[in-house]
Amino acid sequence: MSEADGYLLSMVGISKAFPGVQALDKVDFNLKRGEIHCLMGENGAGKSTLIKVLTGVDRPDSGKIFLEGKEVHVRSPQHAQALGISTVYQEINLCMNLSVAGNILLGREPHNRAGGIDLAKMNAEASELLRRLLGVDIEVTQPLHTFTVAIQQMVAIARALHIASAKILILDEPTSSLDAVETQQLFMVMRKLREQGVGIIFITHFIGQVYEVSDRISVLRNGRLVGTFDSASLSRLELISKMIGRSLDELDEMSKVKLESRKFIESEPILEAKGLTRLNAIHDFDIEMHTGEVVGLAGLLGSGRTETAGLLFGSERPDSGAVVVNGEVVQDYTPLGSIKRGVALCPEDRKAAGIVDDLTVRENIVLAIQANNGWFKYLTPQEQYAIADRYIELLNIVTPSPDQPVRNLSGGNQQKVILARWLATNPKILILDEPTRGIDVGTKAEIQKLVLSLAEEGKACLFISSELEEVLRVSHRIAVLRERQKVAEFSGDVDEQVIMQAIAGSEA
Amino acid sequence: MRKNRSSFTWRKITESKLFFPLLALFIILLLDFILIPGFFKLQIRDGNLYGSLIDILRNGSTVAILAIGMTLVIATGGIDLSVVAVMAIAASVAALLMNPYVLGKELSPQILKLIRDPNFTWQPLWVVLLTTLLVATACGFWNGLLVAYARIQPMVATLILMIAGRGIAQLITNGVRIQIFYEPYAFIGQGWVVLPFCLYLVAFIYALTWLFTRRTAIGMFIESVGINPRSSFFSGINERNIKLMVYTFCGLCAGVAGLVASANIKTSDANNIGWSLELDAILAVVIGGTSMSGGRFSILASIIGAMVMQAVTTSMYAIGVPAFALTAIKGVVVILVILLYSEQARSFFQNVASDRKIKP
Repeated sequence: MSEADGYLLSMVGISKAFPGVQALDKVDFNLKRGEIHCLMGENGAGKSTLIKVLTGVDRPDSGKIFLEGKEVHVRSPQHAQALGISTVYQEINLCMNLSVAGNILLGREPHNRAGGIDLAKMNAEASELLRRLLGVDIEVTQPLHTFTVAIQQMVAIARALHIASAKILILDEPTSSLDAVETQQLFMVMRKLREQGVGIIFITHFIGQVYEVSDRISVLRNGRLVGTFDSASLSRLELISKMIGRSLDELDEMSKVKLESRKFIESEPILEAKGLTRLNAIHDFDIEMHTGEVVGLAGLLGSGRTETAGLLFGSERPDSGAVVVNGEVVQDYTPLGSIKRGVALCPEDRKAAGIVDDLTVRENIVLAIQANNGWFKYLTPQEQYAIADRYIELLNIVTPSPDQPVRNLSGGNQQKVILARWLATNPKILILDEPTRGIDVGTKAEIQKLVLSLAEEGKACLFISSELEEVLRVSHRIAVLRERQKVAEFSGDVDEQVIMQAIAGSEA
Repeated sequence: MRKNRSSFTWRKITESKLFFPLLALFIILLLDFILIPGFFKLQIRDGNLYGSLIDILRNGSTVAILAIGMTLVIATGGIDLSVVAVMAIAASVAALLMNPYVLGKELSPQILKLIRDPNFTWQPLWVVLLTTLLVATACGFWNGLLVAYARIQPMVATLILMIAGRGIAQLITNGVRIQIFYEPYAFIGQGWVVLPFCLYLVAFIYALTWLFTRRTAIGMFIESVGINPRSSFFSGINERNIKLMVYTFCGLCAGVAGLVASANIKTSDANNIGWSLELDAILAVVIGGTSMSGGRFSILASIIGAMVMQAVTTSMYAIGVPAFALTAIKGVVVILVILLYSEQARSFFQNVASDRKIKP
């Protein structure tokens, strides 16, 4: 077993097939002690299957797993934990109403002589654990829901570490709901754990974060290992091209398209916001949107981006100020009113506010247009199929049929379905709140291009994203929010550093 | 190729919402066939059909009508506990409109003779029916207001009327059980045109509801609101009006059920009419495969679900289970039916399909 020597974990020749798909094809993966190892790949590349094999959720068809040089057969997630392999998932599986300490020690609470829970000891233990392992100092008696998502994530990590003296920690997209500051906090914790010799497998869609924190990168594509690289020696462009397996000309092409499409922008604004204010949402916000133009809205999580989107869309009523669409002041603050004005919103939270997961692709696509038609002006199934087929083709939605429940589609395709729902209402103004969150790189580029071409076809678009790079790539103009106020507005060819400074608000 | 296609159809069948309720019904009827001789015997008297099967259909029709309304309510993620209370109110209103003379009076032999005349009614039949249904619809509307606009949880909101309803029904008749002698009215519950009249009523309401939900956008909106109210809101669907509508409609259905039940027993028995049928109706919907958390629904499956419930009752009586033990037995049967819906049972039936595929 010379191959397995020296590594904390070594997976050799792992294969796993599901009906119709070879999810993993002879994948080799290894992890050193005290290393942060990024696992990269598009959706469906096999990342989650590999993790499932490692954590005992799925059994591999062939291949071996060595832990500290000894072969192991992981039978179940519990078994994996006993072996020292802990996982923290994207969705936080904790009890929001319990205290932090209660969550960390749930099921393993220390007992006093009477057989009850020794609260003082439990709190002390939890508090000590958080400080020692993660360097986090918080009031552990407070209920978990009073903390930010980042802290909740750390509590989840602390819990994972406490269950077993974890040797391997798997973080599955932990940063997707964190803002920049919170992400930094998490990275600090990760680095601290690295110093303690824990091997960390880190899965993320954010390329920037990969370079910030990781030591090595393994790239998967279509169930195969493309390769394992030192982070320092692999450029971003190389990484992306390895992930999507095609050249990046397409992506570069975008800035050219953007420049050319500038000539389509009309001078008269189609939407104007004047002094838009709503308590705890946004203060005194002005913006103009023009047909043919993509306006980017940048800012940290909690800077008021999503709230602004709701106000511009018209599902929220401002306390003061007004939205003027096509020269008319908005009076009807309902989504139906927005549809009738020609304003569309793809909401930030795709699962909770976007898709209706049990309905079919077809039904999801016709939902808004049917809502506009009312209860009795019914689109016949033929009309529905015609609309659905048109947008499935136009947006390149990958689905076996329009009758597939939308829950079975991948995230990127679900996002396209929501986009299709709104395009079907033929809007003049399109507000896209984080349209590419949690979507693989290939589909991301596709959606970005789509936004530009929609603008060119005569729509005004507002593009909101926490990925600055993306905002820069598609926007003709960029507004920056900080602490629920608009702090700056730039033209689209501004330098990334300048925007960063505006977002951060630092004079330095 | 051919084999694949056959397994595909089998899969389609097992995935249909109608498959499991029909399977449950089939199993119960099969047991009846084995255990009870002559259960399937049909007789023709005066050109009308009689027999145990017809009894199941006839006695199940009240629950079936309730289940139609209940299906839509449950599909939006709600529940209506007040349907039987609304039935009682409807029965009282109808009885009062036909025969108000029993209230608070010493009855002279003259009046007694009059009101026992099978052709006598105070108000014409159409007024009786229309007023009753309007009152029932208003009850549903009240529930809908509480749920959709006052934002009270459905179970609590409808509990109010569930508790108050029988009292209101008693108030309407001044605490008197009004007997119904008017024959045209009794026909609703007891009449026969080859098949029992109330079956035509069920079929009519089903057809109407199907057109109302599936030939308009309403069915899709109900499902959408039941699956994800927030997404529905952002898509421009007025979720409140959808909810208001389904509770109102459920009230209307409860009104019709009240007519059938009171016509059947020929009295406005506000205390006992339709005892615990709301739970039968809810179970019928569950057996019909509509999730209690809302979403996809099938009205036909709910009606079959209602027949499953009634088939159990009728079979138990036929086997000789005493009435007082019936609910216990019913509980057991419901558990068995629900088990049929479990993942394991589902994959078992789907495996039957793959077994077939392997065999030459």
